[in-house]
Amino acid sequence: MVVNCEQVWREISNYLEGDIEPGLRAAIEEHFRGCKHCTAVLDGTRNVIQLYGDERMVEVPLGFSHRLHRRLEENMASGRRSFLGWMVAAAAAILVAGGFEMGRSSVFSHPELRSEHAQPGSGVPPDMTVVVSGEGKTFHVAGCPFIHDKARLRTIAAREAIREGYAPCVRCMRKYLSASLISPSASADSEAQVSGSGNPNLE
Amino acid sequence: MPEEVMSLGNPAGQFNEEMLIRRIREGEHDLFYELIRPYERRVYSAALAILRNEADAEDAAQEAVLKAFKHIRQFRAEARFSTWLIQITVNEARMRKRKEHAHMIEPIVDRQDEEGNYTPRDFADWREIPSETLARKEVRQRLAEALASLGEKYREVFVLRDMQHLSIEETAKTLGITTASVKTRLLRARLMLRDLLAPGLGGNWNSKLSFAKGTKPW
Repeated sequence: MVVNCEQVWREISNYLEGDIEPGLRAAIEEHFRGCKHCTAVLDGTRNVIQLYGDERMVEVPLGFSHRLHRRLEENMASGRRSFLGWMVAAAAAILVAGGFEMGRSSVFSHPELRSEHAQPGSGVPPDMTVVVSGEGKTFHVAGCPFIHDKARLRTIAAREAIREGYAPCVRCMRKYLSASLISPSASADSEAQVSGSGNPNLE
Repeated sequence: MPEEVMSLGNPAGQFNEEMLIRRIREGEHDLFYELIRPYERRVYSAALAILRNEADAEDAAQEAVLKAFKHIRQFRAEARFSTWLIQITVNEARMRKRKEHAHMIEPIVDRQDEEGNYTPRDFADWREIPSETLARKEVRQRLAEALASLGEKYREVFVLRDMQHLSIEETAKTLGITTASVKTRLLRARLMLRDLLAPGLGGNWNSKLSFAKGTKPW
């Protein structure tokens, strides 16, 4: 393979990178042996790479490192301040939420039931909408035929009903209660009249 | 003091960057100074090569380092930290350049056909410029001016490959161009710089410079 000057110039960068096929490399080296111009271009290009690749090439301004570190320090300090602020806010939020949760969980765990024999409704979804009556002791799904005092109904969340001491109706809330809760003794205290085989309207 | 921190001053450079990065991520933020110390010059150099202004370069370099600190969790171990840092710096410098110099006309060199062949202008026997001459501010200034006179797309590739020592692939990735374009631009940048610095050419130096033909500083 024989290469001319133009071909050598085109490949001179790849030649210096070592990114060239052996056959072409040999042809270029053969060309260099007989071409002073291309040798001059090669030496010059190699020198350019060597000079600019030297880290002394760039003079860093006096105090650059100091100013850089100072700015970093300022940034880290502001980061710490905002982190501290975030932590304080987060801690406050946790305390508030924790207090609420503790209060709420205590209601769930130890509600003062309106009927001393009723079972707590811990199996009922807290956000479920239920119905209670002023004089009653249990809470129901709306439409439950075992609701007494229908004139004074209130619709509230199950968690509120439990907090207020209402127990789940053993009929309409059956699916939320464990088998042990659906016992004759539990139903006995229910305001539901278990006289018939009622079919509560489970919503 | 932990062992790996003590070893940072070791010229053999045996400290473990990976370990440093992990500890920084875990909250030992002060170790970030140690992590970037070896690269401060390179960060500034990369910013300067793109912005061609010392004040802008310093500001961009600081901003790049701050960004690296803020986003240290995004660094992936498969890359070199230095490459990642330089990529951030290049992006920062390019963004500033676009914002601040959007109205400027591109240098004439940029209008050259990238794919066309470049014909060297000087064939005189190259008298090598020894690296020792870099100790002289005048020489550094000449080299910096020659580099600054290149079109941006050539300068960026040259800086990343030949000054920052990124690989062809890393350079391509950083600039968002193909490796073929990197090679083409690199060839042209090198040959243009050679012509600009060729002793026989002399007159290509800016006339206000103190040494002209026959009064080379090396």
